[in-house]
Amino acid sequence: MKKTVAEIEHLNKSFGNNHVLKDMNLKLVEGENLVVLGKSGSGKSVLIKCLVGLIEPDEGKVNILGKNISELKIEELNLLRKKVGFLFQSAALYDSMTVRENLEFPLRDLKSKPKEEINELVEEALRNVGLEDVIDNMPSELSGGMRKRVGLARTLILKPEIILYDEPTTGLDPITSKEISNLILDIQKKYNTSSIIITHDMECARITANRMIILKNGTAINEGSFKELSELNDEWVHSFFK
Amino acid sequence: MPIETNKNGKVNPVRELRSTENSFVKHLKEFFEEITLLTKFTFRFFKEVIKPPYEFNEFVKQSYLIGYKSFPLVAITGLIMGLVLTIQSRPTLAQFGAESWLPAMVAVSIVREIGPVITALIFAGKVGSGIGAELASMKVTEQIDAMEVSGINPFKYLVVTRIVSATVMLPVLVSAANAISLYGAYIGVNLEGDVSFRLFFAQVFDKLSFTDVFPGIIKTFFFGFAVALISCYKGYNSNKGTEGVGKAANSAVVFGSLFIFILDMIAVQVTSLFSR
Repeated sequence: MKKTVAEIEHLNKSFGNNHVLKDMNLKLVEGENLVVLGKSGSGKSVLIKCLVGLIEPDEGKVNILGKNISELKIEELNLLRKKVGFLFQSAALYDSMTVRENLEFPLRDLKSKPKEEINELVEEALRNVGLEDVIDNMPSELSGGMRKRVGLARTLILKPEIILYDEPTTGLDPITSKEISNLILDIQKKYNTSSIIITHDMECARITANRMIILKNGTAINEGSFKELSELNDEWVHSFFK
Repeated sequence: MPIETNKNGKVNPVRELRSTENSFVKHLKEFFEEITLLTKFTFRFFKEVIKPPYEFNEFVKQSYLIGYKSFPLVAITGLIMGLVLTIQSRPTLAQFGAESWLPAMVAVSIVREIGPVITALIFAGKVGSGIGAELASMKVTEQIDAMEVSGINPFKYLVVTRIVSATVMLPVLVSAANAISLYGAYIGVNLEGDVSFRLFFAQVFDKLSFTDVFPGIIKTFFFGFAVALISCYKGYNSNKGTEGVGKAANSAVVFGSLFIFILDMIAVQVTSLFSR
């Protein structure tokens, strides 16, 4: 049986009167790609932000790599965060830094490493996403797809065990979306990472998912493979697959 | 909120009063909440500033951006300030036959009050709005979250470095602005007279004492700290999308300038206590 790398138990989160997550449960096992599907505003992004401690849940338990994150000190949480990559919806590249500096930034704690080794890590991460040529460009000079790829390279540079993707294909054309989805799959195979992919892009879900969860009003209502869910006799679930 | 009217279209005074009261209570509550959050933010700064690791490279970079890049604006303002003050003061002093006091009067005004306050206001406009807008836009585009999930403390990297740089750089800028301003005053004196450079500055330094220069510089450390603290607070806690970026920049300048005047008032009181 595969090891559980991330687990959420009875998670609740509200913003004022808006109850975003209601008794949410989730398990992520080693090496799997778990797609969380849901309409906009169903609490998908809040869910993964709770996983890395960016949002504090009102109730419930979040376990990452065997550690309950609410019990960790900030220094311990920061160490744990280095093992969890996060690709933001907007890629969140640092505007004032070049692509190289963006990728070097998470490596700041490795000051003891020689410059050549850091350069090699940066170049390798960019090679993995097929963007070696833009190393000295500023983020403003990149297209949306390229920004996502650089964001992914920055996520990969610390060789995380878990990667969280927040709507990785949103705002991209179908061809670039497919490229990004295939890239997610390649990364899973190459590094044996476990991933949670938040999306409402069915093509991305079809390509990347080993298992899927469907969120409705902050609760997981269905779980299964892409094929199983697409064959479900539920009007609401079926509307995603049309 | 629309004002409620009765059938005849007249305003119901009781309801209007209640609505005004509710709005006042709401604003008062928001004001105290804001003060509490700003206090917490300030305490967090003092906690983080002493705790290693220290972001020395970012501090140097910010000092360059905040100090060196602000120098041309501060220099031009300082020159005009000294020139205009001299030209404006001359007729009044001439009425009393006290034109020879012009260098000393202008120097004391510049060094004690006008130099520090005007430079700090320019600084709040340029640096404060820049910090507010930059941090707010980083917040909106999730760059601050990205730092946090990389295991890097964004407060230390972004906030502490900017506040420390501003606190250190404003006194340097004010000293430079004062010197340039005195040179502007020298030009102003010579527009209608003939005073040598040496005589002008001999008169200036004859009348300037330690109690004029020292408090004028010391208070600028507090001005720099206040401007950067408020700008960082507004930017770091911005949360209303792109609208929030504009609001953060705007309120950084408004509240930064207001704090400069409040601190100046306190500084004047403290200085007068010691000079009695």
